[in-house]
Amino acid sequence: MLEIKKLTKTYNNNTIFRDLDLTVSDGEVLSIVGPSGIGKTTLIKILAGLETADAGKVTLNSEQLPVDGTRTDAKVGLIFQDFNLFPNYTVLDNIILAPINVNKIDKAAAKDQARSIIDTLGMLNKAELYPFQLSGGQKQRAAIARALVMDPQILAYDEPTSGLDEASTKQVAEIVKTLKHRGVTQLIITHDQFFAEIVSDRVFDFSKEVAR
Amino acid sequence: MNYFLELLPSLLSGLKMTLGVFFFTIIGSIPLGIIVSLGMKSEYFTIRWLINGYIWIMRGTPLLLQLIFVYYGLGMMGISFPRFEAAIIAFIINYAAYLAEIFRGGLQSVPRGQYDAAKVLGFTKIQTFFKIVLPQVIKIVVPSFGNEVINLVKDTSLVYVIGLGDILRAGNIAASRDVTLIPYLLVGLIYLIMTAIVTVLLRRTEKRLNIWR
Repeated sequence: MLEIKKLTKTYNNNTIFRDLDLTVSDGEVLSIVGPSGIGKTTLIKILAGLETADAGKVTLNSEQLPVDGTRTDAKVGLIFQDFNLFPNYTVLDNIILAPINVNKIDKAAAKDQARSIIDTLGMLNKAELYPFQLSGGQKQRAAIARALVMDPQILAYDEPTSGLDEASTKQVAEIVKTLKHRGVTQLIITHDQFFAEIVSDRVFDFSKEVAR
Repeated sequence: MNYFLELLPSLLSGLKMTLGVFFFTIIGSIPLGIIVSLGMKSEYFTIRWLINGYIWIMRGTPLLLQLIFVYYGLGMMGISFPRFEAAIIAFIINYAAYLAEIFRGGLQSVPRGQYDAAKVLGFTKIQTFFKIVLPQVIKIVVPSFGNEVINLVKDTSLVYVIGLGDILRAGNIAASRDVTLIPYLLVGLIYLIMTAIVTVLLRRTEKRLNIWR
């Protein structure tokens, strides 16, 4: 379970959000909606350890996560809006790089694990391609696989449907559902209210529920 | 032909010197250049200030002068190196400054998102640099790096000023002894061959790196 208590973020004397409280249960799919520039991305970046918060507590499965920028773990997987795949590695190598270097897993075992994940995502025939050879939707699935292989306790998506056509958007919805069945807790940042309603168990309206 | 064979031993011994300066400079200036380029991004003002001063001096004065300074100048101050070592030191610190500027440009062109992605996956800063950032920097800098390597092939001829016998000096001696320009032609040809080899190697490297974008 993820518990966010009284989280406050200011930037250059502007309050992005104040005293934010949010709880996400295990296996839940929660969408956070609201217009751009309101601090949704900042929130998941804080959860992933990429941004610092000014005050507040984040607890993940009863372990408190520091919000002061000292995180080094991979407990929160993040699917970036522009994916940030490593251009110099193939899809497969993008996925196994962290297991091998961070978790010190044997290369053959890492490859087996990676193949099974990209198989689930329908990307097995793209394993040996480089990111520039992939479409937007394929890049996204590669990014999802790269995050999943580290077995994060939460998977957070930043605007997963932006820039995708209708077919790819449906595919993302399918992936979210598949992962939900596997018990993956998912947090989706989106301004697409319709997509949010379809895929999530609960929608959190950032603009209504968060003080600034 | 006979004249050519006559010249060969002295030219070859000069070539050995030229290649020695070339390879030691490459080996020393690449890592130093990388370290300097990372130092340019240091959060400490003093480090950035020192590095900028170093680069300014290295790029702002002739390499010839730097060679003279390292060998004769430092010698007068009681820090003396043998000629070859002095030449290598001068070349390495000079080329590291140029390479650092090139690497800095390469580092700047790796997007912030690459570092973010690495951090979220749990990579340490060192792993991020060597596994993710450096390979991308290498691809970006290969063309400008190649220019410097070709310059280096020719710049090695400056070592004559501290009395080292490189290939140009060998040609020079033969030319004035035998009153002919043929040794110069041969020396020119050998430089052309060396730069051609470097060019081919660089092209191949570029091609190999072009499998990803």
